[in-house]
Amino acid sequence: MTQPSYKEMWENLNLDIEAHDGLLEVLGKFYGDIYMSQQGRLQGMEYLDFVLSEVHGLRIKELMDAKAQGRKIIGTFCVFVPEELSLAVDAIQVGLCAGADAGTEAAETIVPRNTCALIKSFIGFKMAKICPYTESCDLIIGETTCDGKKKAYEAFGEMAPMHIMEIPQRKEASDRELWKSEVLRFKDELEKITGKKITAESLKQGIKTVNDKRRALQRLNTLRAATPTPISGRDVLLINQVSFYDDPVRFTQSINTLCDQIEERIAKNEGIVPENTPRLMLAGCPMAVPNWKLPYIIESSGAVVVSEESCIGTRNTRDLVDESGETVEEMIDAICERYMKIDCACFTPNNERLDNIKKLAEETKVDGVIHYSLMFCQPYTHETFKVEKTLAESEVPMLAIETDYSMEDVEQLKTRVEAFVEMIS
Amino acid sequence: MIAGIDIGSRSMELVVLDGDKIILKRKLPTTFDPASQIKKIMDGVKVDLISATGYGRKLMTEELTGTPCTSLTEIKAYALGISHLFPEARTILDIGGQDTKAISLFKNGKVAKFEMNDRCAAGTGKFLEHLSTVFQIPIEDFGSYALEGSEPLQINSMCTVFAETEATSLMAQGKNPHDIALGLHGSIVRRTTNMLNRVGLVEPLVFAGGVANNSCVIKMLQDSLFINPLIPDEPDFAGALGAALFGRSQQKIL
Ligand code: SF4
Ligand code: SF4
Repeated sequence: MTQPSYKEMWENLNLDIEAHDGLLEVLGKFYGDIYMSQQGRLQGMEYLDFVLSEVHGLRIKELMDAKAQGRKIIGTFCVFVPEELSLAVDAIQVGLCAGADAGTEAAETIVPRNTCALIKSFIGFKMAKICPYTESCDLIIGETTCDGKKKAYEAFGEMAPMHIMEIPQRKEASDRELWKSEVLRFKDELEKITGKKITAESLKQGIKTVNDKRRALQRLNTLRAATPTPISGRDVLLINQVSFYDDPVRFTQSINTLCDQIEERIAKNEGIVPENTPRLMLAGCPMAVPNWKLPYIIESSGAVVVSEESCIGTRNTRDLVDESGETVEEMIDAICERYMKIDCACFTPNNERLDNIKKLAEETKVDGVIHYSLMFCQPYTHETFKVEKTLAESEVPMLAIETDYSMEDVEQLKTRVEAFVEMIS
Repeated sequence: MIAGIDIGSRSMELVVLDGDKIILKRKLPTTFDPASQIKKIMDGVKVDLISATGYGRKLMTEELTGTPCTSLTEIKAYALGISHLFPEARTILDIGGQDTKAISLFKNGKVAKFEMNDRCAAGTGKFLEHLSTVFQIPIEDFGSYALEGSEPLQINSMCTVFAETEATSLMAQGKNPHDIALGLHGSIVRRTTNMLNRVGLVEPLVFAGGVANNSCVIKMLQDSLFINPLIPDEPDFAGALGAALFGRSQQKIL
């Protein structure tokens, strides 16, 4: 994947070229094994393959060009950061992925060992200087979600320009007030670093752009659930992952084109797997690029993933911002309202999540659910028990998996997943 | 004729079925060269289909054996094997060389739920095997050695390495080694009881896998669960039998 033409750009970003080459090599190999080996993929996936092959190339070049024109790059780790506002000051918002075991040893010198892999990974990426996205950011937004992240941002903040948003942990009136003041504080910060003012017009456009992106993903999520399954779960996961760093307008267009192709496939009653393949839903912690381990194991064990309840899945696309607001104030309220619907495990209580999982399991007619939590993730591991209980009420079997990014447990995971698939088929 | 083979981390077992009858049983250590052990165990065996289970199930291929092969997980293999031997069984505990499984069954013998230890071998046959060498007692005798103890000493760690540290420090304090061994068996039993409770323990419980040969684990399970687990005659062959039965059902479909 290494294009010599980008080397200068990477050097300018102060990446560790050797370590970075190593990362690209692993990424390329993973991608080849897990994605390119699939049979009968839709033509529209070529766009995704292209985007991924250029993830550290062309897309970074676009970011550099945008920066040269004076636009700012905002990095995020969590779906709580309203992209609508970033777009309204003509900034580019990118999700910083943190899905690979890299720089873990270095990370463990500043965060405890019993920290989840996602956190170690974003710290590790920074310390090893291998992520061109992290290095391109003019500002990185942290949020006070789980304790692990909250404290890790203190260490991370010493290495990168950060702004921390406080996310309430309950959904009472006082929490909503707090959240609104945090959204306003984020708005001020954006206006400060870009020197641009958010206007009713720019915010309306920002809302529309992000809603359109969500609508395209909603459409995809409905279509993917058809029987026989028209697209692999891995491919949909990839699409969701790419939605965090691609240009939103271009992405929306490409996904709608892909959806047209899926519709054709459905009309012909064609599937990527036989009609009687067991259908599974994945629920739990977000899976960042290139964390494709579990979906790959599932889909090579004779099952197919047809829905995803995670931040890199329906949690991020389920709700839209109301578009009827006309003034900045009204629109900010609509944004606050929408983001407070996020059912992250950091909230207490968090019963909406249980309801949403139950509903999604019904809608996508799954034979079982695999609940995935990253090792040492308190919020999601806790909720595993509740999710299992809720699903048991509707007689949906669930398998709980706790793992990280390393490959040492792949064989055990395969046995478990295969046994679960045997059990439900 | 169908062969069922269970390729575990420590040993592999073979069962050959002719119709309903078991006409051959063999067992070999897996070693670090499972492929040549597979050839050895299959030596002279002519069957129509080989059905493999266990962590090495994917090693069994037509290229290697010259016979069509199929595979299934240990979970399903144990469920099939045990329900064949004990049709009324509702819960299975299988403690093998490197993993422990608790499986609950529906009345019809299908798997309802299962639990498995993850990446580490705590509380498995490996744990006992390692600690028996610390005591310099052959693994076959480690159970009866422990049963000579009268008061199990508390061993807190489930981890093989830490448990060894605890055991040696108890030895250094001059504690009775039989009591220490009893404590080590107790820690396995505690761990498996937790697993059984998580899948919902319903009687009858069948205890299988290599560790079901250990008299002390059996006794302590009885004492802590107030249940008399059923134990197959050759508990380590249940997986291979299940695999063979699965092979037979596949053959009917083919
Ligand atoms: S799981 Fe929670 S903390 Fe993590 S990205 Fe989602 S909303 Fe943010
Ligand atoms: S996976 Fe869990 S522990 Fe890790 S950052 Fe997300 S919420 Fe926190």
